[in-house]
Amino acid sequence: MLTVAVALALFAFALAWPVPVALARAAWPRRMPGAALVLWQAIALAGGLSMIGSLLVFGLIPFGADLPDAAGAFGSDLFAGRLPHDANFFQMFALAGAVLLGVHLLLNLVRTAWRAERQRRHHVQLLHLLSDPMPDSPGTRVIDHATPIAYCLPGAPRAVTVLSAGLLELLSDEELAAVVAHERAHVTQHHNILLVAFSAWRSALPWFPIATRAHEAVGLLIELLADDQARRTVSGRDLSRAVARVALAAAPQTDTGTGVGSRGSGARAGVKPVGAAVGAGASATARGAVSSPRFGDPGFGAAPAAPTEWADARIARLTQLPIAHVPALRLSVLAASIALVALPTLMLLSPAVR
Amino acid sequence: MATRTVVNLGELERAIMDVIWDATAPLAATDLREQLKASAPGGKEPAITTVMTVLSRLEAKGFVVRDRDARPHLYSATMTREDHVAELMHEVLGSASDRDAVLARFVGQVTPHEAERLRRLLDA
Repeated sequence: MLTVAVALALFAFALAWPVPVALARAAWPRRMPGAALVLWQAIALAGGLSMIGSLLVFGLIPFGADLPDAAGAFGSDLFAGRLPHDANFFQMFALAGAVLLGVHLLLNLVRTAWRAERQRRHHVQLLHLLSDPMPDSPGTRVIDHATPIAYCLPGAPRAVTVLSAGLLELLSDEELAAVVAHERAHVTQHHNILLVAFSAWRSALPWFPIATRAHEAVGLLIELLADDQARRTVSGRDLSRAVARVALAAAPQTDTGTGVGSRGSGARAGVKPVGAAVGAGASATARGAVSSPRFGDPGFGAAPAAPTEWADARIARLTQLPIAHVPALRLSVLAASIALVALPTLMLLSPAVR
Repeated sequence: MATRTVVNLGELERAIMDVIWDATAPLAATDLREQLKASAPGGKEPAITTVMTVLSRLEAKGFVVRDRDARPHLYSATMTREDHVAELMHEVLGSASDRDAVLARFVGQVTPHEAERLRRLLDA
């Protein structure tokens, strides 16, 4: 039992520090975002499993020779209200720690998912009062705002892609189609679930720089995946130009803005009145003012793929020739992911060598 | 009748909010109904009970406040349309945790250095 506990602790340490640091710095995930995402999930799952498992196994040492055995003995001892004679405080602390950590992670996941759903509903309510459906494009709405933005909202009753009037003004039809294809890809591939899971991990372990790093890395990989999916129907050139245009319109040119510059009362009439008055300067002001808190977020500075570098990473990919697929590499990444989760599971469940 | 009301409820919410937002003073439900009739394409007005129902829903959602001391009750918006748009945009552009709900903005902030390269790309 002690050997297993120590082995799991070492494994948890490796997954908490050197492995994710190396992965976050590696170049290959940008070529294979799908495989890299699987690996990040495996790291998170295996890391949590071995962290909790290590504490659990250490705490259960006095109760039995292996985990299934000890867990059974612990159950009956708990009901009888007694402790084995050789149990010590450290082991009881470890047990309590395992339970607390497990409950903490689980509750955080529930809380994050619940908050996300509440935010989404509130946002959808507002959106339906303030935006118009885009003609000839089902599931797409246009909001009358000068800042060129696009985003998608997942979920019930149906996902919706939101474009701003400023965006329609900024992009050509082809570029706009590329943006919509990109946002649709997020929806069809259910990226929101991944974001909620990694965001929960990050908020559960705020003192854990790796959780932040993982959340950032996953954020970029999701964008790359959506780009790849979009590129099946639109040209990489249009998509990369759309990325560049939107990013540039949002580039911080001034910080003197005082808030979101929303349009006047003609808003309901929809897209058209915005056109004439909107200049890049106006939208940059709005964006500069609203987005500055992002830079204040300490979580962002440390990560190698901070959102500020995403546009560059995406365009570099989009303007390259089609990415060469290396099936062998992809397979080995997937195999490594399975091994990462299987190893602590087997260590936990394997019977003691007698 | 019942199904048609349900289908149109969302649209009616919007239409009513637009009337309230554009109004200069708090409105009674009957005034609202009159203005809806004027702005509707076919000139058809919803039943007054439907208008009241939608107003209650909007009040519950926090978009509308009701002055219960007045007879008849008067309705006004809690925030201007512009403030609501600003709120919406803040949710999209705001802090990182908002990404959970508002998934995946198309592209975020860039550094000045990066902006320079993007400009060259567009000029090419």
